[in-house]
Amino acid sequence: MYKRQNTVIEERTDFSSKILLFTSLPFYPAKEEIMELNPIQKYNRALDYLFKGTAAFFALLIVAVMIGILLQLLENSLPAIHKFGFSFLFSQEWNPVSGKFGAASSIYGTLISTVIAMILAVPLSLVIALFLVELAPPLIGNLVGNAIELLAAIPSIIYGMWGLFVFAPFMEKHIQIPLQEHFGFIPLFQGPPMGIGMLSAGIILALMVLPFVCAVMRDVFRMVPSVVKEASYGMGSTTWEVTRRVTISYGVQGLLGAIILGLGRAIGETMAVTFVIGNSHSISPSLFEAGNTIASTLANEFTEADNPIYLSALVSLGLVLFLITFVIQIIAHFWLKRIRKSMGGGL
Amino acid sequence: MKIVSGLASFIGILFLTWILFEVVRKGAGALNISFFTELTSPAGIAGGVANAIIGTVLITLLAALIGVPAGLFAGVYLSEFGSYSRLGSLVRFSINVMIGVPSIIVGLFVYTILVLPFKHFSGYAGAAALAIIMMPVAARTTEDMLNLVPNSLKESALALGTPRWRTTLGIVFRAAKTGLITGVLLAVARVSGETAPLLFTAMNSQYWPKSLNEPTANLTITIFNYAMSPYADWQEKAWGASLLIMTGVLLLTILARILAKEAKK
Repeated sequence: MYKRQNTVIEERTDFSSKILLFTSLPFYPAKEEIMELNPIQKYNRALDYLFKGTAAFFALLIVAVMIGILLQLLENSLPAIHKFGFSFLFSQEWNPVSGKFGAASSIYGTLISTVIAMILAVPLSLVIALFLVELAPPLIGNLVGNAIELLAAIPSIIYGMWGLFVFAPFMEKHIQIPLQEHFGFIPLFQGPPMGIGMLSAGIILALMVLPFVCAVMRDVFRMVPSVVKEASYGMGSTTWEVTRRVTISYGVQGLLGAIILGLGRAIGETMAVTFVIGNSHSISPSLFEAGNTIASTLANEFTEADNPIYLSALVSLGLVLFLITFVIQIIAHFWLKRIRKSMGGGL
Repeated sequence: MKIVSGLASFIGILFLTWILFEVVRKGAGALNISFFTELTSPAGIAGGVANAIIGTVLITLLAALIGVPAGLFAGVYLSEFGSYSRLGSLVRFSINVMIGVPSIIVGLFVYTILVLPFKHFSGYAGAAALAIIMMPVAARTTEDMLNLVPNSLKESALALGTPRWRTTLGIVFRAAKTGLITGVLLAVARVSGETAPLLFTAMNSQYWPKSLNEPTANLTITIFNYAMSPYADWQEKAWGASLLIMTGVLLLTILARILAKEAKK
């Protein structure tokens, strides 16, 4: 606002006056003398700078925290990286006594539980979101929609408690033992049917990811303009054709955003997984076997780490997790940008 | 198609009611007067979780005091000054990353900067971790709410000579008031249920929180410790505390959603 007043004065001057101005530059009066701000204007101007400065400070603070996390994790995992090198990522050994650590079982557990969770949650949320927006009568649609959003608000430790004390016995009795009786020859279903383990953790993760993904998908589907859908109906499409060809393709970008959001949540989830995954540092093809994820290892063992190498190994695990989420964000950023360009309009 | 999707929705509702039902059933038995008024005690001796409740309230309040204004101002920057600039894009990307960062990593970070140098755990570190989690969420909802305010309102205020700071803080905020309050309530609700960031920052303690400069009792870690223990009375108390936390978080969320619906009217 203040700058514009100056440029207006300059724009008014033509070429000859510019020469005059230039030659009289040493005698040109100061900015304050031309504008003659009264005290109130000076006060407001100062506060404006203060306001913009504070806002910029806090915005940059978030950037600084993100960079700070990366730097601190790097710095504190250097001892472990020095000692184990790159093989840290592939070694299955985890021996606090002899000081040999490897991240392979944690990374494997994180990946497998996330994969199980996404396989279960994404199709289910897609179907539920379509039901809520397209097919349900408004009363049920509202009720179920609110219920799903309340599910999203439940803290993860509640899921953990419920998972350990209610769901695990249920899994053991009604799912794992029957599965082992009938399909026990498949290596996936061998192993101790105790109710906890990789499969239970994956199912509970799916239960946590589902409300988030479903809520975002519901919002995406709601934003599809009715005009487009009605035009498709008018041409004679069935409900399923409209849903598949119009609604889903219109909202592909938002759907991908929802899936990535759920993916980020599933990878980093700590408490619910810690309760039911059993905390064992071994890789096994069985779904019933206990395992661990990076987050659950950190939660279980951080307070017990007594020597610096143990601590540094744990921090390196944290670094791996942070890098995984960071890379997912970068991929999402560029992928969504590309889709936005290719789809032109749309969402 | 209708059958499949209806069935899927039914399964979703089924799990929600199952969880709520179990928490209420198992937790209600533990809620009595002593639960709310007495200290945490060793297993087998009667006690309550009063210090944990106070600790959680203190830590969450401090975190909100730091995180909410910081998030508000960051959102103001993005909405007012950073819509098209490259710095704005960088800040938005950072907010996306920070929202996706697992809360235990945030706890790890705060451990390295606020616990290691001072060589002791503290409630301050726990509040800092919660504030770091709260800030990006508050910033994003603030930016979205402020962007909803029509430009004509801001421009007419500026045309009347209102300084920039006053249009934003006085007029735009007032127009977006309900949305902002909703965003803040949701952020606080989410953060109050977090356990992982407090695991190695505030830890837990068996005593009243006299000062935040020492390990501070809190409800979520108490639930964690009690639930993983083999003692039946501790597990029962864990259920009671879970019921308490779940009720608090759900009430805050429902309040925020009611406010949001009123704003839309």
